[in-house]
Amino acid sequence: MPKTPSPHIVQSYEDELAELVRLISEMGGMVELAIVNSTMALVRVDHELARQVAGDDKKVDDLQRLIDEKAVSMIARRQPMAADLRRIVASIHVATDLERIGDMAKNISRRTLRMSDKRMAAQLYSGVKHMSEMVLGQINKALDTVTSNDVEACARIVKADDEVDALYMSLFREFLTYMMEDPRNITDCTHLLFCAKNLERAGDHATNIAEAAYYVQTGGNLPADLEAGLIELS
Amino acid sequence: MLDQIKLETTNPGATSTALLPGTMTPANPKITARNVSVFYEQKQALFDVDLDVMPNEVLSLIGPSGCGKSSLLRCFNRMNDTIDVCRVTGNITLDGQDIYDRSIDVVELRARVGMVFQKPNPFPKSIFENVAYGPRIHGMTKDRDELEELVVSSLKRAGLFDEVADRLQDSGTSLSGGQQQRLCIARAIATRPEILLMDEPASALDPIATSIIEELIDELRQNYAIVIVTHSMQQAARVSQKTAFFHMGKLIEKGETEQIFTNPVDAKTQDYITGRIG
Repeated sequence: MPKTPSPHIVQSYEDELAELVRLISEMGGMVELAIVNSTMALVRVDHELARQVAGDDKKVDDLQRLIDEKAVSMIARRQPMAADLRRIVASIHVATDLERIGDMAKNISRRTLRMSDKRMAAQLYSGVKHMSEMVLGQINKALDTVTSNDVEACARIVKADDEVDALYMSLFREFLTYMMEDPRNITDCTHLLFCAKNLERAGDHATNIAEAAYYVQTGGNLPADLEAGLIELS
Repeated sequence: MLDQIKLETTNPGATSTALLPGTMTPANPKITARNVSVFYEQKQALFDVDLDVMPNEVLSLIGPSGCGKSSLLRCFNRMNDTIDVCRVTGNITLDGQDIYDRSIDVVELRARVGMVFQKPNPFPKSIFENVAYGPRIHGMTKDRDELEELVVSSLKRAGLFDEVADRLQDSGTSLSGGQQQRLCIARAIATRPEILLMDEPASALDPIATSIIEELIDELRQNYAIVIVTHSMQQAARVSQKTAFFHMGKLIEKGETEQIFTNPVDAKTQDYITGRIG
């Protein structure tokens, strides 16, 4: 398969496919911002920002519906084949994953609003903040694979999800220790633990996006191909 | 005219391994084409094509105009014999027997390998006579009752009988386009062929008539091997199990239809089926 496929004979088809990719990028930017802001609201105990993130989620939902409608319309009108078909079907999946990442950010914000106004010890937040940065990197790289032809990058994202999972498990143990040390921490630590879980789930959706991008490029199943040793990582 | 066809068998040993009737297993191809090239005078239209047609399977031949797909289709029942300047080289076997062998009776071959054309071409005769013509010239029935039975069963299998049952003596040309095409299919299957060749059978039909023909192709597959040339990618995807893509006389890619239309290997196939400038 060529790295850069030839353009379509019908220019409007080419334009519609490009618009679909552009909408995915736009939606990706929105959910990245939502993760950044929801984490910031949590760490700074900024209820105003948390309310803003929760309210903005509707825009992400609207964009998902728009991408779905455009994809279904293209399937009906263009009868796409091969790589085009894979890209359009993958767009529906990617939009769903991005919408779920948006939901995760909204959940973190809602939890922030339920937590006490009093800020807890800084070290309690640092783990969640670190995890948020890691997941944000995963989402960012996954969105890059939607527009690039980098099959290896897709594989690296899937592998890196193990590190996100490991970090979540270590945070889980850390919060448990704080809760045992002082039962007054239990409520807020539980909220923080759920926030960490939301971030871990957002990381899972980033790997789904990388898998969808891999499917667009190769038609293959990334976890199965990794398992079979078909991808060599440099 | 037939004498003017010069067949150069590039694989002379192939005929000696001919299978006897009745020894075929489902795994054996009905038709095998090896190193098949087609020339129209000095111009080469098809280059060294290797392809198998399996029983109970629909094979679609796709590709841009002039890519050689119809030329190959016409090799399978020696329709190219009717073109003076056409020359076919290579080896084509039907159940293991070389169809270009001198011992082959071309009329009998065409009874075994039926053909349906792009434009419905019923004879200017009654609906009944259109279907009865083939079995009659091949002496396939012993009396009028048996012939009538064969005509009715062929019309039924072609999905046309219910629409023409009360007017079998009307002219075949009085039918609608879709009905005429089904009449031609009934005519083709009346001689009990083993293979049906279809050259864009639904390109002149409306979507309803096309769906009826496609449903028919799926039913006929139970008994025949079918090779269909089509310009409609969607039709190839709907009706066939295997697809072969041709470009400038060369067989570029062949495989499972699902694979060809979701994940083709060759960039030329990808460009063609997705409507890109190749």
